[in-house]
Formats: sequence, structure tokens, C-alpha cells
Amino acid sequence: MSAEPHYTLYHPRWYRRRVSVWWWLQNRSYAWFVLRELTSVFVAFFAVVYLWQLRALAQGPEAYGQFLARLKTPLFLALDTVAFLFVIFHAITWFNLTPKAMVVRLRGKRVPDWVVIGSNYAAWLVVSGVVAFILLRG
Amino acid sequence: MVERITPLLWLLFSAGGTVAALLFPVHLFLTGLAFPLGWFEAPRYEFLHRLLTHPVTRLYLLVLIALPLFHWAHRFRYTLYDGLQLTHLTALIAVLCYGAAIVGTTMTAYLLWTIP
Amino acid sequence: MPSTVALTVARYRPERESEPTWETYEVPFQKDWVVLDALNHIKDRLDGSLSFRWSCRMGVCGSCGMKVNGTPKLTCATFLSDYLPGPVRVEPLDYFPVVRDLVVDLTDFMRKLKQVKPWIVRREEKPLGEGEYLQTPDQLDTYKQFSMCINCMLCYSACPIYGLEPGFIGPAAIALAQRYNMDSRDEGAAERLNILSEHDGIWQCTFVGECTKVCPKHVDPAGAIQQYKLTAATHWVKSLLLPWGTR
Repeated sequence: MSAEPHYTLYHPRWYRRRVSVWWWLQNRSYAWFVLRELTSVFVAFFAVVYLWQLRALAQGPEAYGQFLARLKTPLFLALDTVAFLFVIFHAITWFNLTPKAMVVRLRGKRVPDWVVIGSNYAAWLVVSGVVAFILLRG
Repeated sequence: MVERITPLLWLLFSAGGTVAALLFPVHLFLTGLAFPLGWFEAPRYEFLHRLLTHPVTRLYLLVLIALPLFHWAHRFRYTLYDGLQLTHLTALIAVLCYGAAIVGTTMTAYLLWTIP
Repeated sequence: MPSTVALTVARYRPERESEPTWETYEVPFQKDWVVLDALNHIKDRLDGSLSFRWSCRMGVCGSCGMKVNGTPKLTCATFLSDYLPGPVRVEPLDYFPVVRDLVVDLTDFMRKLKQVKPWIVRREEKPLGEGEYLQTPDQLDTYKQFSMCINCMLCYSACPIYGLEPGFIGPAAIALAQRYNMDSRDEGAAERLNILSEHDGIWQCTFVGECTKVCPKHVDPAGAIQQYKLTAATHWVKSLLLPWGTR
């Protein structure tokens, strides 16, 4: 057996285009993708808000009252509205992509995508309902 | 070193993304919009404090805050790396992102442990 | 219906230019013509120096992949009528070095494909006398979709990660690795895991999903990659918790 053929990986006359930093604006799909990835920033934002609420609860009723008051300011209302839209976008894209990442097989046959997606949305409704029920009681 | 635990980071990212997808919409809607705008009455301090006495609530809050932070850390790290092509700063970005998530998780765990 | 349509084609002749240029040709329009027909018309009648790859002209060989109006497509399966009134922009696939005109060099993919061992790996081959490996239709179903890949490289051209990280092993290679991992006759999953779980393996993928969108054979490489991430992560956890149990 002769040695592996040696391929010239860099050929000086082949043209290689440099990928622009703005690659994600070249294409609608790419733009939506980056928007989808940026939802994580708003997810982190709300996690921090909830951490802040927890800290306020640890410090006592006045601190909690201040926390509630801060959330009523226009700045936070605006931030929370934007964050809410991004979190919804995250949830929808996440649920819609789940069947691609997790193939569920029942009795040898693949469970159709719409069943997986539908169960996600159903779980979402149930869980949201439970949380709302608990939080709206006090 | 971060590369050796990539599977773990991906699992945290997935778990965090699922938590954020299932639970953040309702929490954000209530705490960020409905309560401040007066559509519903915000829970009173005493009520929340009572909820916090249950260890299940504390575990729930730990999951609710910590996992999405790791979801953000992993996703944002790749967004910076790919989106802005900051390849020369990979180590720094990884440390900052996962470090922030660890700090947030530690703070949450500390608060949940010490609240009476 | 117009009688002609304009094709703006990327040209690159390294012996006389250092950057690609554009040339526009008026090509007769026919309802049933595809972009490949137009390119062949240009080569036959208008400009014999145009270089491009093609072979089966029916979407099974994977040779004629090019970008048409910015989207990676098989030119034998892309109808001119969908691009009226034109002009139709034809360029070589992204992220591969351009050798000449519309021809790109695919060595990188060939190298990566070999790395994932796209063949049945068995610890011991069954002797011929014992007969065939039996496989039920359900077992076939688990990997059949991934076996449809024709190595046309449209997915690599669509994947921004491959453009940004040339070391990334890429969608088709991972999908083909999965095709063999999921094959009930194969015993090579552990060997492939080593290659795929490296830094330039599956973990570079951020599930953009463009690869699946452009795939002409509906292989769904994005799905293959995400499924494999779960497999690899599960394997990692198991090897951590039960180090004696893994191969």
C-alpha cells in the first residue's frame, strides 16, 4: 500500500473569502437566529430580577415594598415588556425545536413532531396555570 | 479545561432553557407586568415568606434562578464568539460567562439557605 | 413569459485576476429549464471558458451545488422560472476555497468525512456462511433519513459556524456518523464518539438550522447533530458516574 496521497491544503491561487463580522445580517434566517440567541440575555435579566426579589424578601417587608415600587417605574415596565416578548420568543422557538433534538420512539415508531410540540405547549399551559394559581392567592 | 466539561455545560444549557421556556413567561408576566400595572394584586410579603418556609419552594427557586443563568452563560458565550468573532478572547469570555452564572447561583443558594 | 433571462455568473480565473468578478449572459428562457441548463447553454454557445461541476442532472450525485441568488442549491433542481424576471445570480458555494469560476475545493470535507468512519464497524465480522445481518423495517427507520445524504455540501455552505470555524467537522459528516451509529449492524459508536466530542466536533454547533433548510434530500443534519449532543452528553455523565461500565 502506498502512503496516503498528500493533498495541498493551502493553494495560493485558490480564492478564499473572509467571513464578514456582519455575516448574520446577510440572510433573514441568520438574523432570526441571532435574535433567538439574544433571548438568553433577557432570560438572564429576569433571573437577576428574581434574585433581587429573593434578596428583598430576605431583607424584610420594607425591602420587598421597595422592590415592588421599583418594578412600577417606567424604566422597568419598559424593560420587562421587552424581556417578556423575548422570553415568549425563546419559549416558542425552544418548544418547536425540541422534537428535532429529542426523538421519542414508542413501540419502534417515531412519535410525530406535532405530538412532541403539542405536549410541550400543554405542559407549558399546565405549569403556568399552577404557578399563577399559587401566586395569585396571596 | 472548559472543553472537557462541555457536555455538562450543554446539559445545564438545555435544562436552563427548558426551565426558562416553561416557567419564565408566567413569572415574568405576573411579576414584571401584571402586578406592577395593577391587573392583579401582588402577593403580600407575609404570604411569600410563608411559601418560603417550605423546602420545596426553596428548591424551586434555586432551579428557577440558577439553571437559566447557566443557559444564558453558555448561549451568550457562543453568541459573542460566533457573532462578534471574538475568537482571541475565548478563554476570557468563558470565564466571565460561567463565572457570572456561578456567582448568581451561589448568591441564590446562600439566600435560600439563610432566610429564616 | 419572457424569451430570455439574464444570468450573472461569478467568474474567477486565477491566471489573470486575484479576485472574483461578475459576468452577465443572456440565456434563452424555457419553462422547464433549470439553472444547470442555462449554465450548459452558456458553456456550449456563449462562453466555453466557464467552469462548473455537474453530472447526473437529476439530484442524486451532489455535484452541481452552487449559490443561486444567495442560497445554496442544486442547480439541476432549481428552475429558472422561479427567479423571473431575473437576473439570476450564480456563485460558487460559500466557505470552500474557489479553484476556478464555480468550482470549489472539497478536500476539507473529504478529510473530515473519513475521520468519522462512515462505514459499518464491527468488532468481528460475521463469516459469510452465517448469512446476512437481519434488520427490521423499524430498525432501518432509525437511520434511513441520514443515509439519504448525497454529499452535495449545500449544508456546509449554509452553516455560518463552518464559515467562522473552518475546523468544525460540519453537518454532513455528523449526519453520516449518526447514520452509522444508529444502524443496528454497527458497533463503532464509541470510536466515533472520540472524534465527534472533540472541540471541533458537535459542540461547535449552535443549532442555527440552516443546514436542514437547504438540504435537498431532507436529511435533517441539524436534527442529527442535536440528537447526537444528547447521546454524547448522556455518555459523558454515565462515564463519570460509572467509570467501569463504559467501553
